[in-house]
Amino acid sequence: MPELMKTPLNAAHRALNAKMVDFGGWDMPVQYPAGILAEHEAVRTRAGLFDVSHMGEIRVKGPGALALVEHLTPNAVSQLAIGQIHYTAFLYENGTFVDDLLVYREGEEEFLLVVNAGNCDKDFAWVQTHAPAFDCTVVNESPATGQIALQGPRSLAILQPLTQTPLEPIGYYWFTHGEVAGIKCLISRTGYTGEDGFELYCAAADAPRVWDTVMAAGTPQGLLPAGLGCRNTLRLECKMALYGHEIDDTIQALEAGLGWIVKLDKGPFIGRDALLAAKAAPAARKLVGFKTLEKRDIARDHMPVVKDGAPVGFVTSGAPSPTCGINLGLAYVPTDQAVLGGRIQIEIRGRAVEAEIIRTPFYKRAK
Amino acid sequence: MFPADLLYTKDHEWIRAAGDGTAVVGITHYAQEALGDVVFVDLPEVGATIGQGEEFGTVESVKTVSELNLPAAGEVLAVNETLADHPEAVNEDPYGAGWMVKVRLSGGLDGLLDPTAYAALVSAESH
Repeated sequence: MPELMKTPLNAAHRALNAKMVDFGGWDMPVQYPAGILAEHEAVRTRAGLFDVSHMGEIRVKGPGALALVEHLTPNAVSQLAIGQIHYTAFLYENGTFVDDLLVYREGEEEFLLVVNAGNCDKDFAWVQTHAPAFDCTVVNESPATGQIALQGPRSLAILQPLTQTPLEPIGYYWFTHGEVAGIKCLISRTGYTGEDGFELYCAAADAPRVWDTVMAAGTPQGLLPAGLGCRNTLRLECKMALYGHEIDDTIQALEAGLGWIVKLDKGPFIGRDALLAAKAAPAARKLVGFKTLEKRDIARDHMPVVKDGAPVGFVTSGAPSPTCGINLGLAYVPTDQAVLGGRIQIEIRGRAVEAEIIRTPFYKRAK
Repeated sequence: MFPADLLYTKDHEWIRAAGDGTAVVGITHYAQEALGDVVFVDLPEVGATIGQGEEFGTVESVKTVSELNLPAAGEVLAVNETLADHPEAVNEDPYGAGWMVKVRLSGGLDGLLDPTAYAALVSAESH
């Protein structure tokens, strides 16, 4: 087995007695001693600090950069102001997912693409394959970049004393450049938890100092280091897609409920023809949120959705929801069954259990 | 971490024989730590007869689910009812308040690990 990749914060996690796991080839903390429930609650009520340095960063720069990113993604890149971010995807010609990503507009001709760790090499190759037709450079900055996510209602109060940059004016899905604890950072008001928060991008070598400084400043305010375990329950409560679960190279963007990132009228992009055709014909399946009706019934990823004993769909993600106190999940079901309040059956260890389709996101923070 | 009065399985259950033909069963400290926060424990009906190594229930944590296998054959005399409302007892006190079932043994305690052998197994698994 090849050796696991390590983020610049690996030693920090071990010093905090994190439980480390192999996450797509990376040695990552799944939880710290407080545990997933306590870390989840910290993020919802106070703050949590995540190492997300494993994420990939690809920089595209040059006169053809805008045209390349427009070509590769379905969202309207030209509508982004400098300093603005949007959620989007790389799609194949058939409309399924290479990956999902964030696009940061750094300048008129410069974009930072933030992609999933496990897909970074594939994504970089994908961008490089299409880049020669455009006048721009493509650089994989991932190994040189650290990324730390501070998430939760107290994020602003914790971070503001550490930076001269006024944080309040940074809108959700906007970013700026500044210093945190004297270290140059890209400060982004984004996250994967459904809470207010900031993602800080810095040089990999500086990441431990940023981590230690934010931890020290936040601990008196109830900040906890937070691992991938609660990152998953937090994102699930907000119905944020996870590659390999809700989206992958077998699922089309519209089936996944991501029509809002697809701007069919923006001009040509990879996957547009397939999505135009998909829009004309009703989708056979749809992603829905559900809760199981019994406390003992916890649906997990890949469990079948059944009807009259036959599989008709599958669970993409499932877990007990720490915030909602019920067992939640997301599943692809036939469109005619995708009705709010409707019942579906999920096969859990050979037993068909009842679940009710409910409104998503399961959790939404008070504004 | 490996109480001396228990025997262990390779699947990280423990069994404490009382000497009167009954025994109490639970999961080990190592097992609860690997599972993380336990949120539900599905236990058998009292009176059920279960063979050695057979499934007697499941334990669900936030991130995963694990089968529970009975270390020795027996008839279920009691289940830990308090786990229904306090599943966290499995994390907090796996060898005490987090016990799962009490059985009347119908066979022997063959094939189980003593504390030293189990400690070696855990050491090998965690490195």
